Amino acid sequence: MSDNVMEVRDLVKHFPIRQGLLQRQVGAVRAVDGVSFEVRRGETLGLVGESGCGKSTTARLMLRLMAPTSGSVRFEDEEIATAKGARLKALRREMQMIFQDPYSSLNPRKTVGTIISEPFAIHGLKKAEGERKRTVRDLMDRVGLNPEHYNRYPHEFSGGQRQRIGVARALALKPKVIVADEPVSALDVSIQAQILNLLRELQREMGITLIFIAHDLSVVRHMCDRVAVMYLGKIVELASSDELYAHPRMPYTGALMSAVPVPQPRLAAAKKRQILAGDVPSPSNPPPACRFHTRCWKAQEICRQEDPPLEPKEGGNIAACHFPLTDAEVIERVPTARIA
Amino acid sequence: MPPLLEVEDLRVHFETEDGLVKAVDGISYTVDRGETLGIVGESGSGKSVSSLSVMGLTRARNAHISGSVRFEGRDLLGASEEDLRQVRGNDIAMIFQDPLSSLHPFYKVGKQIVEAIQAHRDVSKAQAYDRAVEMLGLVGIPEPRRRADSYPHEFSGGMRQRAMIAMALANDPKLLIADEPTTALDVTVQAQILDLIETLQSEFDTAVVVITHDLGVVAEMADEIAVMYAGRIVEHGKSDTVFNAPEHPYTWGLLSSIPRMDAPRGDALVPISGRPPSLINLPGGCSFHPRCPYVRDAHRRVDPMLETVEGAPDHRVACLLDSGTRRRLWSELQQGVAPDVARKDVIEEPLS
Repeated sequence: MSDNVMEVRDLVKHFPIRQGLLQRQVGAVRAVDGVSFEVRRGETLGLVGESGCGKSTTARLMLRLMAPTSGSVRFEDEEIATAKGARLKALRREMQMIFQDPYSSLNPRKTVGTIISEPFAIHGLKKAEGERKRTVRDLMDRVGLNPEHYNRYPHEFSGGQRQRIGVARALALKPKVIVADEPVSALDVSIQAQILNLLRELQREMGITLIFIAHDLSVVRHMCDRVAVMYLGKIVELASSDELYAHPRMPYTGALMSAVPVPQPRLAAAKKRQILAGDVPSPSNPPPACRFHTRCWKAQEICRQEDPPLEPKEGGNIAACHFPLTDAEVIERVPTARIA
Repeated sequence: MPPLLEVEDLRVHFETEDGLVKAVDGISYTVDRGETLGIVGESGSGKSVSSLSVMGLTRARNAHISGSVRFEGRDLLGASEEDLRQVRGNDIAMIFQDPLSSLHPFYKVGKQIVEAIQAHRDVSKAQAYDRAVEMLGLVGIPEPRRRADSYPHEFSGGMRQRAMIAMALANDPKLLIADEPTTALDVTVQAQILDLIETLQSEFDTAVVVITHDLGVVAEMADEIAVMYAGRIVEHGKSDTVFNAPEHPYTWGLLSSIPRMDAPRGDALVPISGRPPSLINLPGGCSFHPRCPYVRDAHRRVDPMLETVEGAPDHRVACLLDSGTRRRLWSELQQGVAPDVARKDVIEEPLS
């Protein structure tokens, strides 16, 4: 068995923009614009970036919740991007998703028991009612819900408990890969930690591979073994968490990290906050060459002319940049660089 | 001179079909010119309601408000709607989490700012418009004269937030109340907005009350911090004190339940067990007792007052443990002693 559970190659998703009476295509939102990476067995891979960078679209393409425009997604050496019918259904058993909003991702008319056992119904498993019920109760117990609440409805649960229901549903089929898309960003601070700890525990226990999408860089650092940073549909930096947070090389990553407010007034005063000018450009009309050059304080002529390749930089990070950050620039801006 | 804003024993209770909701239950604080107070709490802690009441925005028929709110010595709670309108948007301005619902979708951004200026200043439309454009430029909106002619939906999220700040600051308010000002924004835009508020504050000596659940945001902005739980302030002190020598178990819980960029990777998170209580049916005694790892029998009966910590006149805590025990527990927590271990130790002490 290969070390990689999934491989993504040159993945592209363009959403057409249509206009006029005939709905002719006049352009495309280039949500994901050629990303390649692999997911190692048992790891937690983080996808980070700001809204509109394509991280959620990438995850949905990986689970084949939508079809890519081009490119390939392989799960254990089998192509997902073009899989169909029974084969696709079988593949989907291996991959599950946990959603951001615990309020809209659970059907309000179904009981918790029904919601968690739905994957069994869909895949025709555990048909004997007693067995199904027992399994669901075990799952509920495992994620910290009271199994006696089997017959309750989602509105009877708090946000944190609902997210536990979502986790139980994702675990039901014992998948190999779980994609968690902003699983804690809708939760209160004191509840977030409960869910993050649960995910880590389950992953260790069951050997699940986790793809963790979040915009909160401190949560990503806590959870992930490796992190891919996305900007306007592309991966701009990829490294192990230790490397990435000790020495980000892409100026965009550095800016993200320096922008995270640190819960320590003494450090907040000493840190240089790197302010990026303006907003993220529209993904329907991304800047040419390096897409970050319009907001980058290190940009020079070459950045407007040539798209930098994603290649190894000093310290082991893989980054797409003509002028990667130096250690001195990193120390000044990034709080985590001082810890290592 | 009286403090700029003085809130004393403010209570806001709402009568509902389910019972009396004690959204704010006796909070007091003061804010002075140029100062920033951070109010931190989770959803339902009463942090937003308390500041809405300062602005007189909770005067619903089912609301019972008591206590006092004084702005430059003037009473705001008893003020007429007419007098309040003079203060709102003029002396005190507010920015909200969601700029889309605070800007009118039908009117151009410039026109909305003009309206805010003309409501309080006797100036011509042209003068007000120039001021609006100036403010949009000040908050970093490119080509402000052209963008003043845009509708809110033509702005990005960050630009809308900036437009709302421009509107709030157009009349040089003495106090700015910012309720989750950056929660809906991406982190790089958040950095822009925080920077902007700080710059404007240092330029105009504006006082700021920032309300948020984000401990990072208050650490970067606030001079003083009030931690709210279940409608009350449970800890109040200088920012450095609250982050580095906190004495309330809830504050400890908040600080150890967030992953921190300023600590080594892989430190386990220590969540607070359970969840915030219902404000209709508060637990007896200390409201935090069902979630507190250090609860003792007496804490279920006695309601703690917010009291000054011995030897630290600026630091107030509402906790029934004595200060010496609290300091010991906090230093143990920082050395990695799990709360459930410490708990036994506390409970074994003789009950008072």
